[in-house]
Amino acid sequence: MLVLPSEIRAELESWVETGYPEETCGLLVGSFGRGRTETRRATRARNLNRERARDRYDLDPADFLAADVAARSDGLEIVGVWHSHPDHPAQPSETDRAAAWEGWSYVIVEVTSRGVAALRSWRLEGPTFVEEPISSS
Amino acid sequence: MNHATIRIPTPLRVFTKGQDEVKVRAATVGEALANLGEQCPGILERVLDKDGKLRPFVNVYVGSADVRSMKGLATAVDAGAVLSIVPAVAGGRR
Repeated sequence: MLVLPSEIRAELESWVETGYPEETCGLLVGSFGRGRTETRRATRARNLNRERARDRYDLDPADFLAADVAARSDGLEIVGVWHSHPDHPAQPSETDRAAAWEGWSYVIVEVTSRGVAALRSWRLEGPTFVEEPISSS
Repeated sequence: MNHATIRIPTPLRVFTKGQDEVKVRAATVGEALANLGEQCPGILERVLDKDGKLRPFVNVYVGSADVRSMKGLATAVDAGAVLSIVPAVAGGRR
């Protein structure tokens, strides 16, 4: 289960709406518990894929490194990744699956011109993505 | 040979018994990774390809500098250096 406090969720949703119609991305920082991934904060990262920013993201590794250094200094770690799917369901694509790493939560946010339509979280288990429940506390 | 630290990202800690850092002795990034591989069997297959080059989905930093922008695996490792393995994070709706 992913614990995503409501204020962090609201922050993510506002970033995704601001970035529409391009894909936006970032990281989730927190800690791993027994069967629970606790989110303590979210970070925004640059999408380096400018040619296909509407349907692809390549998260800037320098932003990853900065988030990792800050997380470690707070006794936390990177626990997941978030990105938006503009005008597309909040389900992982084959592109998402091929690039995913086991151990992290992948939050996908469906966003349209009317705002956020859905927010779901997935974890890679072997070759497939499995949805995980989200709780605000 | 200098003492250095390699920071391990969460997805690769399955190979380090959960440790988030591994101490190595090396003069170059390539040696540091080889030493990491000796201590943590299996991890190098996720970092290097069969020709011993960095996999496209993996970045290695020395401090805040990407080794691809320096001398790659031949980049020097100074005493006390902190190396980070940074997994590429990518995807998209299509």
